[in-house]
Amino acid sequence: MRIGRLPARKARILAVRYLGAGIVTLLFLFPVYWLFMISFKTPDEIYHVPPLWIPGQIQFSNYYVLFRDGDVLAILNSVIVAGVSSGVAIVLGTLCAYSLARFGTGGENLAMWIISQRMIPPIAVVFPIFLIYVYFGLVDGYFGLILLYTAFNLPYVIWMMRGYIVDVPLELEESALVDGLNRWEVIWKVVFPMVRPGLMATSVFTFVFAWNDFLFALVLTRTEVITFPVMLTHYFGGQSNFWAKIAAMSVLGTLPIFVAVSVMQRYLVRGVSLGAVKG
Amino acid sequence: MADVKLSGVHKYYGNVHAVRGIDLTIADGEFAVLVGPSGCGKSTLLRTIAGLEDPDGGAITIGGAVVNDLRPRERNIAMVFQNYALYPYLTVSENIAFGLRARKTPEIEIRKRVSEAAEMLGIGNFLQRYPRQLSGGQRQRVAIGRAIVRKADLFLFDEPLSNLDAQLRDEMRTEIKRLHHEITTTMIYVTHDQVEAMTLADRIVLLRDGKIEQQGAPLELFEQPRTGFVAGFLGSPSINLIPATLKTNGPEAAVVFQSGGELTLPSAKARPLASMDGRDILVGIRPQHFSRAGGPLRDGVVSYSATADLIQPTGTRTFTTIRIGGVDAVAELQAHDVSSHGERIDLAIDLNRVVLIDPASGLVIA
Repeated sequence: MRIGRLPARKARILAVRYLGAGIVTLLFLFPVYWLFMISFKTPDEIYHVPPLWIPGQIQFSNYYVLFRDGDVLAILNSVIVAGVSSGVAIVLGTLCAYSLARFGTGGENLAMWIISQRMIPPIAVVFPIFLIYVYFGLVDGYFGLILLYTAFNLPYVIWMMRGYIVDVPLELEESALVDGLNRWEVIWKVVFPMVRPGLMATSVFTFVFAWNDFLFALVLTRTEVITFPVMLTHYFGGQSNFWAKIAAMSVLGTLPIFVAVSVMQRYLVRGVSLGAVKG
Repeated sequence: MADVKLSGVHKYYGNVHAVRGIDLTIADGEFAVLVGPSGCGKSTLLRTIAGLEDPDGGAITIGGAVVNDLRPRERNIAMVFQNYALYPYLTVSENIAFGLRARKTPEIEIRKRVSEAAEMLGIGNFLQRYPRQLSGGQRQRVAIGRAIVRKADLFLFDEPLSNLDAQLRDEMRTEIKRLHHEITTTMIYVTHDQVEAMTLADRIVLLRDGKIEQQGAPLELFEQPRTGFVAGFLGSPSINLIPATLKTNGPEAAVVFQSGGELTLPSAKARPLASMDGRDILVGIRPQHFSRAGGPLRDGVVSYSATADLIQPTGTRTFTTIRIGGVDAVAELQAHDVSSHGERIDLAIDLNRVVLIDPASGLVIA
């Protein structure tokens, strides 16, 4: 047996594969790397020709400016708006999904009807929504954005959670009903633990959707509740661009997504329903 | 502890009339088995008793109280499901305690009952494991444990053994029977397996197309089936049904096979047939009522000579296919009664226990 040694031909193929994968990875990661580097550079270094690959020293003045001027409030606004709206969408959406999955609410087609709502081009509805919001005084406030993102995320949550709930063996719920739980307790103590991985993954996606939304935030905010993507556009000027601020703000805005993705990864790999029934 | 009474229970699924007017009384402490082919409505009936399905007509009474409008949790029943229905995210001990916690039983009492049940079922060593770490048989014990700690009025079993392999099924069957002796709670058990039904039941309720075909003690159904369906459903291998014509002459009667040959019926069997000369019938002979002929024949036992076709030894008994009355029939003989294909064998057929069926109505006439 030749353990640890490959025939020359296989080794060559493998080397080419790794090389290709490495090049593609570098290509995709370079903008991220560059973003991080710029955020630590001084203005001189940013405009240096030829470009500097590594800043002379790591310094945080670009970040300091954002905190000093209160620009980071935009991040906080985004956290509040995206967090609350995905939380509400998850709770309401999961209950709707349960109703669709277990009681056949709305018959065969309601679920499809709901998800199709998500497929409407946002630009087609943004101005009608703007007019309605102006009428009700919802522009430039937390409530307006939260309401909108909740509405936009609900179909997605319902669609995803319906799939997860349908997969929960019905006998688990029936057994709990016989054992003394009421329907709400069954949802909380049986369905919820069974769909937790799906719930986590879905929450991450809804959070990311609200976090990344630019269109609605641009139209529906003014000065009070500016979210992170809208704030970023303020640094692109007619005369010049504030690259240092753009980079630092972008890094701050990317961090929550890193956290979200790492959370999702942990839950996506766990096959929690193993052993629920015959296996 | 409670008796169960069903009167005129109906259940529809859309256009399908799954349960068609069931009247049934199960005594306190009785072990009743609902058995029948798939689609006969046995599981639906059980789920209706549990409250997981609402009946579309009739009344369900448990322990003297009508429970039609009570939710499952208000009926004080415990149920064991085919797929065990264990919560994968809870340990064995938490699974068993689940129903008690749901009913806010004091922790001290929970611990006591869980360890009692674990001991009774021999799962004391697995209490801290998760269901996925257990074998099928162990999972089913946990599921049963979860039911018995509840000290419910009524136990419902929905095909609890059908996911287990043959050996384990025999083992668990014995345990369930022992369990019933120990806790003497009323039990209703659904299965499609006639061996389970025969061995476990105080009373078998045989269902067909949503109706009760016959109910009674296992041996009563086996020996005095009221219809050809009952005769065919119970017993393994199945009863042999051979088309024939009745020939009567005063108090005497014989069956004449359509392919020729006839068997004279014993007088007890012949008596009710006096007016039925010339009727087409099905002659039902159980494989166990064949034997190798030897010595003088008892009353009502006739001899029959046949050629052994297929031979299937099981160790203790050997199933042999023979031709009789133009059809293939199975005879269950002693292990060494027959040794080779094509062998001529002299058989004795015990006609005292023959079942005669009217092919038109399916009813047993003698």
